[in-house]
Amino acid sequence: MGADEAAKPGMRDNAPLLALEGIVKRFPMTVANDGVSLTIRAGEIHALLGENGAGKSTLVKIIYGVMHPDEGAIRWNGRPVEIASPAAARDLGIGMVFQHFSLFEALTVAENIALAINDPKRRRGLKSRIAEISDAYGLKLDPDRTVHHLSVGERQRVEIVRCLLQEPKLLIMDEPTSVLTPQEVEKLFETLRRLASEGCAILYISHKLEEIRALCDRATIMRLGKVVAECDPSRETAKHLAELMIGASLRPTYHLHEDGDGGAPARLVVSDLSLKSGREHGVDLKSISLSVAAGEILGIAGIAGNGQSELMAALSGEALADRAEAVTIEGVAAGRLRPADRRALSACFVPEDRYGHGAVPGMSLSENALLSAYQSKGLAPYGMVDAPKTRSFARAIIESFSVKSDGPAAEAQSLSGGNLQRFIVGREILQGPKVLVVAQPTWGLDAGAAAAIRQALLDLADKGAAVVVISQDLDELIEISDHIAVIAGGRLSPIRPVGEVTMAELGLLMGGAEPQEARRAVPA
Amino acid sequence: MPFRLEPRGQHSRLWAWASPLVAIVATLIVSTVIFAALGKPAGAALYTFVISPVSSLNGWAELSVKAAPLVLIGVGLAIGFRASVWNIGAEGQFILGAIFGGGVALAAGDSEGFWILPAMIVAGALGGMVWAAIPAFLKTRFNANEILTSLMLTYVAQLLLIYLVVGPWKDPEGYGFPQTRLFGDGATMPILVSGTRIHLGVLAAVIAVGLGWLLYAKTLLGFQLRVLGQAPRAAAYAGFSGPGLTWFALLLSGGMAGLAGVFEVGGPIGQLTPSISPGYGFTAIIVAFLGRLHPVGVLLGGLVLALSYLGGEKAQIDLGLPNAVTGIYQGILLFFLLAADLLIGYRIRFTGRRAAASGARA
Repeated sequence: MGADEAAKPGMRDNAPLLALEGIVKRFPMTVANDGVSLTIRAGEIHALLGENGAGKSTLVKIIYGVMHPDEGAIRWNGRPVEIASPAAARDLGIGMVFQHFSLFEALTVAENIALAINDPKRRRGLKSRIAEISDAYGLKLDPDRTVHHLSVGERQRVEIVRCLLQEPKLLIMDEPTSVLTPQEVEKLFETLRRLASEGCAILYISHKLEEIRALCDRATIMRLGKVVAECDPSRETAKHLAELMIGASLRPTYHLHEDGDGGAPARLVVSDLSLKSGREHGVDLKSISLSVAAGEILGIAGIAGNGQSELMAALSGEALADRAEAVTIEGVAAGRLRPADRRALSACFVPEDRYGHGAVPGMSLSENALLSAYQSKGLAPYGMVDAPKTRSFARAIIESFSVKSDGPAAEAQSLSGGNLQRFIVGREILQGPKVLVVAQPTWGLDAGAAAAIRQALLDLADKGAAVVVISQDLDELIEISDHIAVIAGGRLSPIRPVGEVTMAELGLLMGGAEPQEARRAVPA
Repeated sequence: MPFRLEPRGQHSRLWAWASPLVAIVATLIVSTVIFAALGKPAGAALYTFVISPVSSLNGWAELSVKAAPLVLIGVGLAIGFRASVWNIGAEGQFILGAIFGGGVALAAGDSEGFWILPAMIVAGALGGMVWAAIPAFLKTRFNANEILTSLMLTYVAQLLLIYLVVGPWKDPEGYGFPQTRLFGDGATMPILVSGTRIHLGVLAAVIAVGLGWLLYAKTLLGFQLRVLGQAPRAAAYAGFSGPGLTWFALLLSGGMAGLAGVFEVGGPIGQLTPSISPGYGFTAIIVAFLGRLHPVGVLLGGLVLALSYLGGEKAQIDLGLPNAVTGIYQGILLFFLLAADLLIGYRIRFTGRRAAASGARA
């Protein structure tokens, strides 16, 4: 990976690879970066920590040339530089893996990667180099597949491979592990450590504090646009890091419910559900059975693109099963019922994609409150929208779930991902569901928002609801679930109590191992 | 490049309504240049085109007569477009409304029954709906693009009309002209303001604006249509029926176009001829977008585009310009409107200054 070239410049005069001095970036409403200074040395893995809205993304966009600072200086190997564009950043040797993918859906993996390479000569033999890199780092990819058909996890792999192909001197990783299995995370860490040992610096943005403690040499913590602390994360506790980040002490999540499966009624039952995926290259569901009782949280783990979205659609009614008995909600055979009729049985749903699926980006929060709650909350009697009642419901969601917004009239797209997710989860929970199915509830959220949403799910279960959480975040599932299963290739592994499974076993199941195999391979 | 476009992040409400005004002003400037290039005194030509048609009370009455079909069709289209149902075939649905309604009028002959007008109106709406039902069926059943199917059906409708007026429905006493008999008095839309041509259709257009606004802004159905248009996956998640809403949007816009058709032939025209519409169905598309796909905006947009018809006629008579002036004017307006609409989502950022500042710093 061009180790020699990468290491040399940093050592020449012992100047840091990248130094930011007093960076200020103002937006019409806020100051996103307020005098931020940061130095990164060659070969260092440097964590950038902060809540949503702390200014991390802005800072990273400035480093990558997407935005330009209003004040302050950037030095690269000691020389002042102006990073005018992402292409200029790439020429310096800065690569970035974005949290929100910047891929063209209609193009293939190889074409997307070719787009980021400025020199046409270097595009030759690209496919074989993609195969090499993805092999070397365990990032499975087919260069000829269209991005449109890839899952979230696979899309992220494209981004990572695309960066590694450029042999960067500084690699910026924005929340890279949220879609990987523990084994894959471990592999990625090996990759990153190897890159670092070869002299490449890594700026690592994550909310997963344990990861940062395991991986990073240094950490810069931001809050409200300013740097509040710099430390060696391996010497701090995760709790202390989190407190530095949110500026308050964290309340641990707690669950009142104690293994009370003795006779609690099953609220949601899926029996032998098989369903062809409606999408091209989708994953067909194969004979899925599960049962969730009142007060229980069932976690469904799995890597993106293994049937999660199909399962979600089959539960919510966006896809109909062949038999009505395949899905039973509150004792009613609901497999052939449409979403509105399933909601009438007191079931609520939070889909994975917030922008355009769980919420309409261009509509106000009031209108988004109406979207799924008009029946249960009686917001549209006789087909006429009751605007005051809808507004006050939206206000209730905003207040009870601490949604940072300009009130019910604010457009959904003006909210940060975390705040919109609070709003959507709040909208579903305030309908008082007896069954709640949630997909990726905390994906891309900061620690504070994620903890609040997990606590809300736990509280709902304590009130007697049956909750299904489909997530790629194993730590999260283990923290809040009573039972857990893994979906892989459209099949669901047997449901087990959380206390009886190990991380390693779950990881193997997520990788597609047979259940018996996974149990045998890992001594419990 | 001295400037670049920067996404606003949030749609600008100000620009959503300022953009049509910018487009109208730009259109006036460019049409003045065109008049000058054609050798007409620019100021006088502009006066003839824009001011003189509405310089009298009767001018305003004529304006409302011309605006009525545009507004009727435009309200239906706007609601459909909000749902991302792209009915481009309102012209054909207008013709079918005229044929159905005209058929009732011809069948009634000279009888004076009170039932004739209501029957014509119902038949007209039905005609438009029948024609719009074809793309609705093709879209929901075979996923055929409604832009193509509805547009192509327009030409079928035009040929059907010509067939009827030169064939079975031709006026036997019409000296061979391709037209039907004049409708009887009982089949003629009543004049609402004596001394003008303001007829029942004008009132219908105003009522349509009110009902359209109610549907758009106040009902769950209107909300469902908007969600379908903006985020189809969110509509599926909420349990709104995509095919059902598509049917509704097409039947509504088709029915309104059919109504406009029957009001035209039962009102100002009084018979069926091959040229019952100067492109109302297509112009109404511009009306819908100029009116920001909002019923009240459609009312204003309808008046602006109606003026282009009157102005075109005036320019023809007073300046000897070809009737194509109307089409050119409408085309330029749509062009500038689409261009100015970019500013709703983007702002212009002049970058010359930034480059200078950074140069000074380095």
